[in-house]
Amino acid sequence: MEAVEVRNIVLEIIEDVALDEDLTNLKDEVSLRDQLDLDSMDFLDIVMELKKRHKIEVPQEDYPQLATMQSCVEYLTPKFQ
Amino acid sequence: MTQKYDVIIIGAGMSAMAAGIRLAHYGKKTLILEKHFISGGLNSYYQRGKRKFDVGLHALTNFCGPREKRKPLTKLLKQLRIPYDTFELQEQSHSLISFPERTMKFSNDFNELVEEVAQNFPHEIDGFSKLVSYMEEYNEVALDNETIMAKDVVSKYIKDSLLIEMIFCPLLIYGSAWEDDMDFSQFVIMFKSIYLEGFSRPKGGVRTIIDTLLKRLEESECEVRFRCGVEKIITKDGKAIGVLTTKGEEIHADKILSSAGNPETMKLVNNDLSQDQLPAIGKLSFTETILCTDQRPKELGQDATIIFYNNRDKYSYRRPETLIDNRSSVICLPNNFSNDELDEGWIRLTMMANYPKWKELERNVYLEQKNIVLEESIEIAKKFLPNWDGSFQFKDVFSPTTIERYTGHFQGTVYGSTDKKRDGKTEYENLYLIGTDQGFLGIVGSMLSGVSMANLYGLMD
Repeated sequence: MEAVEVRNIVLEIIEDVALDEDLTNLKDEVSLRDQLDLDSMDFLDIVMELKKRHKIEVPQEDYPQLATMQSCVEYLTPKFQ
Repeated sequence: MTQKYDVIIIGAGMSAMAAGIRLAHYGKKTLILEKHFISGGLNSYYQRGKRKFDVGLHALTNFCGPREKRKPLTKLLKQLRIPYDTFELQEQSHSLISFPERTMKFSNDFNELVEEVAQNFPHEIDGFSKLVSYMEEYNEVALDNETIMAKDVVSKYIKDSLLIEMIFCPLLIYGSAWEDDMDFSQFVIMFKSIYLEGFSRPKGGVRTIIDTLLKRLEESECEVRFRCGVEKIITKDGKAIGVLTTKGEEIHADKILSSAGNPETMKLVNNDLSQDQLPAIGKLSFTETILCTDQRPKELGQDATIIFYNNRDKYSYRRPETLIDNRSSVICLPNNFSNDELDEGWIRLTMMANYPKWKELERNVYLEQKNIVLEESIEIAKKFLPNWDGSFQFKDVFSPTTIERYTGHFQGTVYGSTDKKRDGKTEYENLYLIGTDQGFLGIVGSMLSGVSMANLYGLMD
């Protein structure tokens, strides 16, 4: 799967988890937490949605990899192969 | 064959529905068992003719705007995947704390209360501000906070006992299981949810919340069985393994979340336990009078949304010696939320009541006493509705025994046991408490309780 598709998958999940947020101007290289009202519970939801929708497991020690959209895509793309 | 679920949730109140949504959304096979035919528990509704009434809390606490960050309400809505606009929140105008010597006003703008304190208690405003700063930094929802009494903490900052009583009055009657005081963490939760955040009403009242939760339960494929209570929680070697329903079915589950209350849940595990072997049964119960008038409260001379009335020097928040305590009350005027959508004037009036005294009344005396409650309620309401002659189109009165009958909470207790289990754990493995007796209060608090316990014990391990 291409990086751009993975980005869309992540974006769809964030749209559902942070459902009142406007994501049109999301900057890929800036921390998600700094741009959106996401707390640790929401990150856990992102992880659980990845598992529910795409059977992708993110172990707890890898959570820091989900800090920005860019790092999400870099980290998750190999897992979608 | 015995039915088997991942999680059984006992009750279909706010905490139970919230927990069910979370668990089922993430694929847990979840069953909610509710003995009543509608959901909501302590916060529910009923219909008489074309009139639809809310029962339970007068208002949704924790008001915040749509894009406010890190607020309990927005956190909760996100966890349940409910868009903020769904509830169409209608804000209070303002509320009053009415004591014999002073009246203070507060609204969803906290500065208004700060100004009222500065005006009425100029010598205390510094202490009050320091207390607020201290609370803003305090983590009131940590599951391992020790129990310390709030008045001990607050009196370090504020010396004037009248101000202390006035601040405590709304917080106690909107959520304390303890008499005359409360646990400091609970105090901070209540202070923030009522004074710093504030009151609103969803358009359509509490049923809008309940209908939204039911819809989310359905979308998440959570099974809900109404008119199906739990007769017994089955345990084996110190572990909960399932339940026996009132219909005689045995259903097994890996985890059980109970919103029945702490003593009520322990009684379901072991019916032989006597009252003194059970966790404490909360003493606070209430009467509620509902009146419909052909004029709206504003026309009757009152634009406040909620009035916390007390006519003693010191506020008494405890089970009265008599059937009711008519010297304090909460009067809710739902028309005075913004965008009044009601067809007529509504007055809801709550008084503290003594459950054992109500329980022992014979039917005819009980009905007479309900009439006395009605008359007392009218007398109190008139104090705040100067243009009202006391006439009404509809009336209804609930007593502590009504509350017990519909909610199953022993002795009609509204804020549960004083034995809270903040971490939700019981002495039985796989059996957890959610709702009032886990310790978060109000409609938002109880839903957050369900969410956090479901996350902790259902999804994260």
